[in-house]
Order: sequence, then C-alpha cells, then structure tokens
Amino acid sequence: MSSMTRDIPDENGFFGASPNNGDGNQQQHGYGGRYVAETLMPLIAEIEAAYDEARADPAFQSRLQELQRDYVGRATPLYFAERLTEHFGGARIYLKREDLNHTGAHKINNALGQGLLAQRMGRKRLIAETGAGMHGVAVATVAARLGLPCVIYMGATDIERQQPNVQRMHLLGAEIVPVHSGTATLKDAMNEALRDWVAHVDDTFYIIGTVAGPAPYPRMVRDFQSVIGVETREQLLATQGRLPDTLVACVGGGSNAMGLFHAFLDDDVAMVGVEAAGEGLESGRHAASINGGAPGILHGNRTYLLQDDHGQILDAHSISAGLDYPGVGPEHAYLHDSGRASYVAVTDDEALEAVGLCCRLEGILPALESAHALHHAGRLAAAQGPDQVIVVCLSGRGDKDMDTITRHLMPEEAES
Amino acid sequence: MSATPLNTETLNTETLNTDSRLARRFAALREENRAALVTYVMAGDPDLEQSRQLLERLPQAGADIIELGMPFSDPMADGVAIQRAGDRALANGQTLALTLDMVRDFRERDADTPIVLMGYLNPIQRFGEDRFLQAAADAGVDGLILVDLPPEHGVALTAKARDLGLARIPLVAPTTPPERLPALLAQGDGFVYRIAFNGVTGSQRLDIAASLGDSIGELRQQISLPVAVGFGVRDGDTAAAVARIADAVVVGSALVERLAEDGVESALALVEALAEAIQAAR
Repeated sequence: MSSMTRDIPDENGFFGASPNNGDGNQQQHGYGGRYVAETLMPLIAEIEAAYDEARADPAFQSRLQELQRDYVGRATPLYFAERLTEHFGGARIYLKREDLNHTGAHKINNALGQGLLAQRMGRKRLIAETGAGMHGVAVATVAARLGLPCVIYMGATDIERQQPNVQRMHLLGAEIVPVHSGTATLKDAMNEALRDWVAHVDDTFYIIGTVAGPAPYPRMVRDFQSVIGVETREQLLATQGRLPDTLVACVGGGSNAMGLFHAFLDDDVAMVGVEAAGEGLESGRHAASINGGAPGILHGNRTYLLQDDHGQILDAHSISAGLDYPGVGPEHAYLHDSGRASYVAVTDDEALEAVGLCCRLEGILPALESAHALHHAGRLAAAQGPDQVIVVCLSGRGDKDMDTITRHLMPEEAES
Repeated sequence: MSATPLNTETLNTETLNTDSRLARRFAALREENRAALVTYVMAGDPDLEQSRQLLERLPQAGADIIELGMPFSDPMADGVAIQRAGDRALANGQTLALTLDMVRDFRERDADTPIVLMGYLNPIQRFGEDRFLQAAADAGVDGLILVDLPPEHGVALTAKARDLGLARIPLVAPTTPPERLPALLAQGDGFVYRIAFNGVTGSQRLDIAASLGDSIGELRQQISLPVAVGFGVRDGDTAAAVARIADAVVVGSALVERLAEDGVESALALVEALAEAIQAAR
C-alpha cells in the first residue's frame, strides 16, 4: 500500500514541509525534527539507524510479536459496548481494550519495542520519564523482563497523586527519581531524563513514552503502537465486514491515538483526538496544546505547545496525570493542520462523568485519560445513527486513579 | 532513513566577518599570549537591576568575552544552577526584549567587549526569528549560541545571521564524530565552543584529561577559529589548565551560583580570581 500520509516523516524527521527543503520560512514548515543539543545528535542518529535495521529484521519482529502475544496478552479484544450504545441511542460504540494489556495500558506496546531495541544495541541501562506512572510501570516491567536496571524520572507532584504506580515501580526493581523543578510534572520529568541521557550517552537508552521528542522517536513510538490500529482493522473487518466510520482516542502526547489512527490514514475513516480541557479552555487551566496552544519547539521537536507570549512553556492542567503535558506529538500537529484528523477537548468534569457511566453500564473502570475519549464518543454517538460505527481506544484501566475518582465522584467515601 | 549529510551549500561565506569584535579580541589576546576568559551570566538574574550592574562591571573584573543567557522555562541542556538562574530571571519579568535592551545599554559604554547570546530556540521563534536577528545586530550582539538548533536545522538562520554580522558559534561535543565536524564547522563563526564532557552545564567538576587536549588538537587541525572550552570550570586551577590547551575558558555555573549565594561583588571577585589564574597560566 503506497501512501503519502503513511510514509512520513521525511529524512529530517519532519511531518509536513521540512525547513531544510524550503525557504526556511518558519511559519510554513513542518512539525518534528531533531532540536537537541549537539551531544545527543550522534546518539539519535545511531538509534535511528539501529531502529531501521531492527524494523527490517524478521528475527526482531518475530521476537517482538512473540512477547506481545505471550507476555503482553495481545491481541486485545475489540469489544462492542452494547449498553453504552443503548444509552446514547445512536452510533454503535466499540472499545479497543488496551486496558487489558499486561500492566493495564497501551504503554507496554512501546516500552517492549524500545526495550528490545535497547537490548539489541547492547545498552546496559534504561531510563524513562513518566506522568501518570503507566509508562514508568511499563518500562520497569520490561526492564525486569530483560534484566536491565532502570531509572524512572517522575515529577514530585505526580508521585504524590499516583502512589499505587510508584509502589509498583519500586516492586519491579526500578529506581524512581523525584523531579522538583518547574511544575514537578511530566515535562519536568522529561527535561530531567534528557539531562541524565546527555550525561550517560555511552551505556543508556532513553525510552520516551509518547510520540514526541526528537526524530526518530515520534515515528518509532508510533510504529510500536500501531499494532492497536492494525488489530482493530482486522477485528472489525472479520466480525462486521467493514471499517469504522470514526476513531476516537485521547491525546496528551498522543501515542495511543497515533497507534489507533495510523493503520487507517489512507481509509475513508474520520479521526478525532480528544485533548484535556481541564477546568475549561477559557479558564486557561487545561492541557489542550492543539486547541489552546501555538507551534513552538520543546523536547527536541517542533509542535503545538502551551506557551506564553514570550515563548516560555506554560503549565498544563488536567485531572489525568497522563494528559498533563504542554505539548503534543508532531504527527498530530501535522494531521491537525492538514485536516486529516480533528482535535476536540473534554473537561475534567466530563471525563469523570464518563468514568461513572462506563463503570455502571459496562462494568469497566477506564483510566481518566481514556475517559476523555469515551465522553466525546458519547457526544458523537448520540448525534449519529445506528448504521455508524465508532471505535474508542480504551487506552488504560482506572485502578491507578481510584483516589482521584473517589474524591470527586464519591466524596463521602473519600472522607470516611 | 538516517540523518542526511549536512547541507551547508547555501551559506554565503563571503560575508564571513573577519573584522568582527570577536576576531579583534582574539587577535589581541594572541598578541598577549593569553587565553580569553568567557563569563556566562543569565540576563535578568537575580533581577534586572543587579544583572545590569554585573554586566557593566564584568570587563573591568577581567571578562574578555561575555555570554549572556536568555532565560527559558525548560533548559534541557543546562544543570540546576543555570535552570534556577533562569527561573529567578523569569519570575522577575525578564523578556527577550529586556535582554536586548541590556546589550544596547552595555554597548553604549563598551564598544569592544564581545557579547554572545546563549539560549534556546522557542523564545526566539515566538519573538520572530528575523525580528530577533535584526534587533540583536542593532543592539550590538556579536554572536549566538543556540543550544537546541543543530546545524541540520540551522542553515537558514545561520545565513541570515551571517548577513547581519552575527556569528553562529557551533557547539562541539565529546560525542561529535570526526565526519560530522566539517559541516558543523562550516556554519561556525567567531569561535568554537567545545563542550568538555558529556553532561549538562555545571553537573560535575572538569577533570582535565590528556584526551581533552588531544581532541582539541584534532579540532584545531580542521578549523582556524579559536576554540573555547566550557562545562565544569569552577576554580582558578581548572581555568589555568584549560587556558594552556584552549584559546578561551568558559565559566558559567560557578559564577551563576556565586551570584545567587553571595551577590554581585562576590561574583565579580570570582571573575577577578579566574582572570588572574588565566593570566598566569601560560
């Protein structure tokens, strides 16, 4: 299948027009790139070469597939959410059950892929940043499985609100380094992980958790997550003999969304990324980089960012730690500008409402991140007919969020 | 799909500035057989007024070249000292426009000491790249060190900067492979900044190993520009050791920390001590 959209980025790591190929007009160039310090440039070139080699190596692919099947538990089900569908009274809603993966979220797909690549490259130490802790748990899990030591950078604020995941990472043998700088959340953890990497270039592999960072990370993470969409496509074709009309996924950095979207880029399928509107876009307290930000450069790539008039990065706000990041993967920025995908925003309160609904109607406790997508899928379904099919990526389970959910949905129990 | 060879063909080397403030300063130092002391301070740290005073008095204390940091909220290649300096400056309202004002004021009183702006790309893009380059040239800035703009993405900016007489000072890291150097240096102007070790600024004390001297020797064979060494120079002894193998010694985190702990006078005293050590080194 040849395609313009699926072969990107270009050799400079850009999605859309590259500044290297044009007149250098900053307003018109693409997203992505390799905006990192010189110390890291040779390193990311090395990773890119090793990744391309691994990707083309059947032995690497079959090892990855074997572990995806026997260790992660893939393929994950594509589940027809009958009672949610009835509730909204419109389009049929299917849930791609990434919450049923080992470690409880889609993050393991990528952590496993990059872990195997690190092993192949002979790296002796893994590092990662984490927000909600799901990526940290996934990396700690893979590190244990591969017998490699790992260090997880986590914002002090996030450590406080994600205690169960912190304990899991400790149990898995990971070292957790609290990050106090800046807002002590995901972006600061990423700064700190990058600093670690610069200081340990010889033996360390940095497993970035989302489709952001310098090239080749956005492409590599997307590829490792694209199993989500590939399975969805096969499953729906097998059971319904058709493709979905609409895909819906939450977007912080946007790895589960890219994973779901990628296999459908050339099809007549609508795609909606759901950003975190926090306390509302107009409140200024949100994490919606596309809906409420502007293009800029952070963490090695050009993309939409929350920033002030002086180009300083702003704090992101979301009830869900996994969406609490002031940027978004560059391929999403490109899909937004090109009109191929659309991006909406859902508030904290709306996401909480979707958590309650999904628990009561389906017996499934979704992660707060995924609940953003669920809420928007409900809005869409209600406005569509039963001939329409919506697939929602249920990217993770909500056990980690029980404290937050209890405090908001059942305050009387939280106090007792 | 790997990194493409650097494209430097579009650069206009005819406008390379051989009679710049930087070139004149290095020529004068060569006459004296002395390495340059390059001092890094963060613009607006701890506040605009004290930062202005410090900037104005640095040359008298012995700074030959001044690197002026442009604060950024997420300085991923800097250590904690410089990050905190940036946070203090931003908390006190520092902006790129104010930083350029500082340079303009300085230039009215000092026509000879080169000033190099160092920082990250996002605030510059937000300000407007062309507008920034023009304003920097007008204010009397001599060069730019852009930490997160690799030469692969910097061709257009370098060409524009060069037309305005602004030097793009390239960073060379210990990890930089030899085959990468020619293209990297082709965009270079003013001097080359050799990062002494793999790490962020101020993260460790520089241990002068023979290998650093060797690698600077190799660098010299490929370029006629002066070579500055920075990261980890914290005291007179280290500064003197670097001064024996390089054309310039960069001191940043140690100075920024001293300013934060003891104020402007103490920071200037450190500059004097470093200048003396470098003077006596050769």
